[in-house]
Amino acid sequence: MARYLLKRVLGALVVLLVLSAVVYLIFYALPGNPAQLVCGPKTCQADQLHRIEVGLGLDQPIWLQYWHFLVGIVAGRTYSGGPEVIHCAAPCLGYSYQTGEPVTGLLLDRLPVSLSLIVGGFVIWVTVGVALGVLSALRRGRAVDRIATGLTLAGNSTPVFLVGLLLLIVFCVYLRWLPFPGYQALTVNPLLWAQNLILPWVALSVVSAAVYTRLTRTSMLETLSEDHIRTFRAYGLPERRVIGRHALRGALTPLITIGTIDLATSLTGTTLTESLFGLPGLGQLLVSSVRNIDLPVVVGVTLLAGAVIVVANAAADVLYSVADRRVALA
Amino acid sequence: MTTEALAADEIGPPAPVPASTGARAVWRKLRRERAAMVGLAVVVLLILVAVAAPLLTAIEGQDYTTYHDTLLNSARGGVPTGDLGGIGGAHWLGVEPQTGRDLFARVVYGARVSLAVAISATVLQLLIGLAVGLTAGLAGRIADGVLSRFTDLILAFPSLIFSIALLGIVPQSFPRPVLLVLVLALFGWAGTARIARGQALTLKTRDYVAAARLAGGGGFRLARREILPGLAAPVITYAALMVPGNIIAEAGLSFLGVGINPPTPSWGQMLSAATTWFGGDPMYVFVPGVLLFVTVLSFTLLGDGLRNALDPRSTNLSRRAE
Repeated sequence: MARYLLKRVLGALVVLLVLSAVVYLIFYALPGNPAQLVCGPKTCQADQLHRIEVGLGLDQPIWLQYWHFLVGIVAGRTYSGGPEVIHCAAPCLGYSYQTGEPVTGLLLDRLPVSLSLIVGGFVIWVTVGVALGVLSALRRGRAVDRIATGLTLAGNSTPVFLVGLLLLIVFCVYLRWLPFPGYQALTVNPLLWAQNLILPWVALSVVSAAVYTRLTRTSMLETLSEDHIRTFRAYGLPERRVIGRHALRGALTPLITIGTIDLATSLTGTTLTESLFGLPGLGQLLVSSVRNIDLPVVVGVTLLAGAVIVVANAAADVLYSVADRRVALA
Repeated sequence: MTTEALAADEIGPPAPVPASTGARAVWRKLRRERAAMVGLAVVVLLILVAVAAPLLTAIEGQDYTTYHDTLLNSARGGVPTGDLGGIGGAHWLGVEPQTGRDLFARVVYGARVSLAVAISATVLQLLIGLAVGLTAGLAGRIADGVLSRFTDLILAFPSLIFSIALLGIVPQSFPRPVLLVLVLALFGWAGTARIARGQALTLKTRDYVAAARLAGGGGFRLARREILPGLAAPVITYAALMVPGNIIAEAGLSFLGVGINPPTPSWGQMLSAATTWFGGDPMYVFVPGVLLFVTVLSFTLLGDGLRNALDPRSTNLSRRAE
């Protein structure tokens, strides 16, 4: 087990390293002159540009810049652009060209918003998806199954921003049950927090619940046809117990992997939902930084997204092997 | 299924496959899937509409760029006058708020962009996926190790985030639809590669492939003549379900403002514009929204039907269910 873990962690580190190199090199090599971007719309004199370049280390070869960037993440780094010296503590991802704020701080500010969105959404879509999937597997071919299949298909075919727009039209314009959402921190007012997030949660859940319904249904049907379930039934175990204790366990194990990875992907994959509902999360940070070609922020968000996904992939493997003892760790 | 699809690609004589999976048999099975046939009909219709966009807008007598200020109610902030977003004989699906541009012309031209980008991206994803997957499966252990790791890396990549960043940072002078196709293809081939590799590894051990190998065929020729035909069924199924994914992806990226640029209309871009108008003019959401939904749904139904028709196992399962 220890050896497997070590191997998995090392593998994840390699992937992260490759990812960071690709992201860094592509984004810093692409858009021309980063120093000009720091200057913003105002025109900088040549000597000003040069000072910025030296201060940010942009005059060095790109692989050296990348090396300093990596060191900054692990150990922090010091910028000396002229008279002032700025120390950026680890994990240092640089400073926003647009606002001058440290990127790490920006990411941490936005994190609670994205977390609020995905954790709430996750609870809804897993609950609804699994319930509907189990139900339609147990009533295969009946009305419930057909309705669930139809809903799955519809949910799968509707982009999240379309679901969101329809929800807004129904609940904010016609019924006027809810005000147009705006983010409220959980710590300030939990009730307002939930009230403002309910539509984004539902919008996010429609598409994902559809995926989980289908997966659960397939997995449940497969488990129900396995030999050990037949054996339990033959022993005369009550049906409720066969399903509740044995079938469900087997059917839901594969979902652990998918759930873990989904949660990780959603952290930054909710860009569309955040954008539609005006939630100031990580996804929106990315969109606005892309619009302003704010390179350090773009690289920061992309790397964070990648890191979370890589870690979740490794975690999913370990979790799965714990939940399903038939899986040997190789 | 092989014969027809492969003849189209000029891939050569099909490998010996059971007669029941021939193209005609698949078509017979597909025809029994009512949902798939509805999907197919709508898909064909949509492609015709997209191709005939200039003709259709000429018949309507409108185009997608002309502003019609007179059709807007300035007292209500510029929403279209008349019911249902100004639907009528002159403007079949009404007009856009604020600009008064013809919605029918915009969604029809939007269909062009949407379908062209999604289908081109799918083709490119398939080509890359097949090339990588077949090489990994057939070219020995070292190639397999490297390519499989690479495929895993792409699958674990935060592709949406990366696509947004890439699309935003590539200079605007680069043609956007082409860029969209490239970015979608860059992250969308890994699934096909996995399937192709798995199939190649299985098929490699089959007797007929071994026979071909003994007869002196190898490398590219072996891959093309013996392995590819066996791959057609799973890959076509997968491809049919990649198209709707690409349509949604294109719409999403355009919604975020990093996809298709104005003045070229696209559904995602229209829905993005509609986010400020859904209160006063819900038709502006419904028209592109319904079209997007119907398009994705039709492709999905067709894809599901193809899967049932091509995979004997899943056909049995669904039949048992009924």
